[in-house]
Amino acid sequence: MSRPLDKRLPAFRTHGLTKVYGEGPSAVHALRGVSVEIPAGELVVLLGPSGSGKSTLLNILGGLDQPSEGRVHFFDQDLTAKDEDSLTRYRRHHVGFVFQFYNLMPSLTARENVELVTEIAENPMNAAEALSIVGLGKRLDHFPSELSGGEQQRVAIARAIAKQPTVLFCDEPTGALDSETGRAVLRVLQDVNRKLDTTVMIVTHAAATAAMAHRIIRFADGDIRDIEQNPQVKEAEEIQW
Amino acid sequence: MKPLDSKLGRDLWRVKGQALAIVLVIAFGVMMMVMMDGLVNSLGETKRTYYERYRLADLFAPVKRSPRHVLDEIVELPGISAVQGRINGAALISLPDQAVPVRAQAVSLPEFGSPRLNDFYLASGRPLNPSHRDEILLLEAFAHAHNLQPGDSLSATMNGARRRFHIVGLAQAPEFLYTTAPGELVPDDARFAVIWMNEEALAAAFDMDGAFNEALISLARDARPQAVIDSLDRLLAPYGATGAYGLEDHLSDRFISEEIAGLRVSSRTVPPIFLSVAAFLLYIVISRMVQAEREQIGLLKAFGYTSLEVGLHYFKFVLVIALTGALLGCALGMLAGRGLSGFYQLYYKFPFLLFRVDPAAFVTGFTVSVLTASAGGVLVLRRVFALTPADAMRPPTPPNFSQTISFGPGLRKWLDQPTRMVLRNMIRQPLRGLLAILGIALGMALSVAMLSLMSAFDRTLDLSFGVLDRSDVTVTFVEPLGDKTLFALKRMKGVIEVEPFRTVAAVMHNGRQHYRGAVTALTEKPRLFRALDSSLQAIPLPENGIVLSTALAGELDLKAGQKMILDVREGRRPTLEVSVAGLADTLMGAPAYMQLETLNRLMKEPNRVSGAYLRIDSSQGQQLYRRLKDMPVVAGVSLQQDSRRAFKKVMDTGAGAMRYVMALIAAVITFGIVYNSARIAFAERARDLASLRVIGLTRTETGFVLLGELGLITLLALPLGAALGYYFSLAVAAGFSTDLYRVPTEFSPASYGTAALAVLLAATLSGALVKRDINRLDLVSALKTRE
Ligand SMILES: Nc1ncnc2c1ncn2[C@@H]1O[C@H](COP(=O)(O)OP(=O)(O)OP(=O)(O)O)[C@@H](O)[C@H]1O
Ligand SMILES: [Mg+2]
Repeated sequence: MSRPLDKRLPAFRTHGLTKVYGEGPSAVHALRGVSVEIPAGELVVLLGPSGSGKSTLLNILGGLDQPSEGRVHFFDQDLTAKDEDSLTRYRRHHVGFVFQFYNLMPSLTARENVELVTEIAENPMNAAEALSIVGLGKRLDHFPSELSGGEQQRVAIARAIAKQPTVLFCDEPTGALDSETGRAVLRVLQDVNRKLDTTVMIVTHAAATAAMAHRIIRFADGDIRDIEQNPQVKEAEEIQW
Repeated sequence: MKPLDSKLGRDLWRVKGQALAIVLVIAFGVMMMVMMDGLVNSLGETKRTYYERYRLADLFAPVKRSPRHVLDEIVELPGISAVQGRINGAALISLPDQAVPVRAQAVSLPEFGSPRLNDFYLASGRPLNPSHRDEILLLEAFAHAHNLQPGDSLSATMNGARRRFHIVGLAQAPEFLYTTAPGELVPDDARFAVIWMNEEALAAAFDMDGAFNEALISLARDARPQAVIDSLDRLLAPYGATGAYGLEDHLSDRFISEEIAGLRVSSRTVPPIFLSVAAFLLYIVISRMVQAEREQIGLLKAFGYTSLEVGLHYFKFVLVIALTGALLGCALGMLAGRGLSGFYQLYYKFPFLLFRVDPAAFVTGFTVSVLTASAGGVLVLRRVFALTPADAMRPPTPPNFSQTISFGPGLRKWLDQPTRMVLRNMIRQPLRGLLAILGIALGMALSVAMLSLMSAFDRTLDLSFGVLDRSDVTVTFVEPLGDKTLFALKRMKGVIEVEPFRTVAAVMHNGRQHYRGAVTALTEKPRLFRALDSSLQAIPLPENGIVLSTALAGELDLKAGQKMILDVREGRRPTLEVSVAGLADTLMGAPAYMQLETLNRLMKEPNRVSGAYLRIDSSQGQQLYRRLKDMPVVAGVSLQQDSRRAFKKVMDTGAGAMRYVMALIAAVITFGIVYNSARIAFAERARDLASLRVIGLTRTETGFVLLGELGLITLLALPLGAALGYYFSLAVAAGFSTDLYRVPTEFSPASYGTAALAVLLAATLSGALVKRDINRLDLVSALKTRE
């Protein structure tokens, strides 16, 4: 069991985060010194043009990648100082991730894909329950190749929320969904945020989604252009796009 | 079931074709190991048990003639547990269908009961009736070679008198597993017979009433053989003892032990080569299969699975394949080993077979398979683990792709798009390409080695019977004669050339090493039968000294110029010190050569010859053989074509027969490797290929992208395979060489050509199989899931 987190601290504090891919003239500066605080228990929406570094930031905060420079704190823990083993433990116990490309295991059914995560989580919900939350209660035993793109995306969401994580990262969770299903998914994310006190970060191109966020971060060219607090948080059902 | 285990099962099912191909390759590698081990152990064990059950003597002590009461003195000697006296005599059997008489050995059996030592196994018919002097038991192998059965009769000449005998039974005995007429190199069932007779009858024929001319001895448990031999020789000296010798110097045992030893050497050298090649393939394929899982490994890591958990999952995956292969290999090896042992049982004429496999063979097979497969897995996992999960989940991208290969406008004109893709794929992953090339090259090298071995055996035949021995007929006399007989031979119609020789039985010593064999004395510059050096040049026999075959020199640990002791066991039996004048290169046996005049001078028996090599006019052959047969001084006539046939038979059915089985396994492994390379390339590219089809490339163009690469790899593998094959063939030749039989290691272009063709054929076939799958590629599902 991991030690309890001090919920008075911000969930994330970054300082001067940079990420450079490659080197020399062909180097890509995906992040150019990002410093930001994400308070615990908030639902945060990241907006920004394609290639601006949103996924890169999420990957680093989620412990999937290491920054080239700078520091990341998760509550009182310095993620950048962690070794491989403790990063693994961090991901295992605290992080839920919905990947931009779903990343389902093709050889596992929807239920098994979720179980893959609940299997090693400390306080998971039932895999079938998680899938019925995203409206796939009847497709438990289908393989990814038998599901539509949107359905695969929902399996990925079920997989992320099933472990009841401390922080939930969603990289374009509604990208492949119609507005009806999209709203249902956002409802789920909002519920997770409220009921479990999970810190939720959502990357999206649908600017309307920002209406349900506590905080909106706008990205451009590898850095934060502005951060906006939203005093009027809307319910997921009220989002239009 | 845990989700990871479901994944394991389904992933294995998905790659079943590929997995099966790997399983087969590793299975054949392991099978070779288990099979050879089972064969060698079974033969050794069966031989030992056969000897024991039929009480084969430990020592043989031939004498000229000794009264039976001496046997009581022998038993009293220290170190002896049992003794049996018997009479041994030479006979010539005339068979109606044979132009040349067949030499035989007649052995006495006690009137009552079975012999205390050197018992026989009655394969058919009934035992001898003590009151019938004309009954015989005949060696079964000889009887079969001439279609003789109990109830038939035959006539034989013993001690100058011709008599008819009734065959009442067919027998086998451990001392006659191999039968060779004196002076012949190669055993031949058809050309040497053994007859068992009542002691009284044989004694009458050879004037041995109340006497024996061979004592068989079994040693007490803690006896020192050499000490017993010395005391026997002292005791029997007054009775014309020619020197007692141990079982290991007995012709039949020497031959069979040599063969089993040869098989043992091959079983220790050749299967490891096969297993290593299979293991190498396993390593490559497993590492590529795990490599293909890179994104999923990254995903598992992203969820928080520890390296250990992920590693264990893939270890299971690898283990299933490796263990299935090893298990199948063991089962196949047991089956094939048992089958082969049965075949060898017939060949060695064992009346029964004890099949034994050393558990160590299983352990080795399993360990090698599991270790190499795991190594393949671990190496890739380590590389993937070194990446962050975010990196691992991205498909590997070529970082400097645009810089490494840009086809200028000139090249573009010549290389169409698919060709450029083939070249890019190769250059993008040079290590993968190199490993694939090495894999196929190793497969080809196996085939080269086995084919070279085949042609080496043929080469041995040609050298032995076309170059070393150029005679048509070898005539042996009943005893060493004056050279007058040579003139008689020379005058016979059909004889073109006569070349005398003399062989004397001798024990050669150098310090503690000894070898019981014979010295062949030839004329100064022989033309028909020659000693040759390694470049096939005739070695002139020196006036003084002896020329040893390299095999014999090796056995005695001698070099040219050194001195050795020659203990002649004939005539006045001198013990001579001679110097080694030179080394002759022989492929079979361990002969020693001297000049005829020198030997006769040392023996103080001038102008004696024990036989002659003849070159004849083949149109006169039949009449000539008949006239030779009628000459009373002629003990045997052997035709070179018969010897050649017999030798070929030994090569094809004895230890050499193994090469056919090994060649087959080599071919299967070679094919397996090529097919695997094609399969894995297809598996890795399936999604890319589907994309190509989707954007409108035809099946042929798509096929070319994959098969072009396979073709290129195969072509590049050929020269490397030839080079590796050369070294493999050296190793395999060494593995098949024994003390007495050396496999020549000559470069045989045909073997390389055939092996290259086999690889190309395998590539074509694999290509066709994969092409079928490219045609069937399910475009939708290949593109739908992004892992
Ligand atoms: N592995 C990599 N190697 C090189 N460059 C990369 C790599 N991953 C991302 N980049 C580059 O880094 C920059 C930021 O990428 P990122 O994926 O974070 O963008 P994004 O904001 O998520 O875009 P999108 O909305 O299209 O998903 C881009 O220019 C991208 O090309
Ligand atoms: Mg992105």
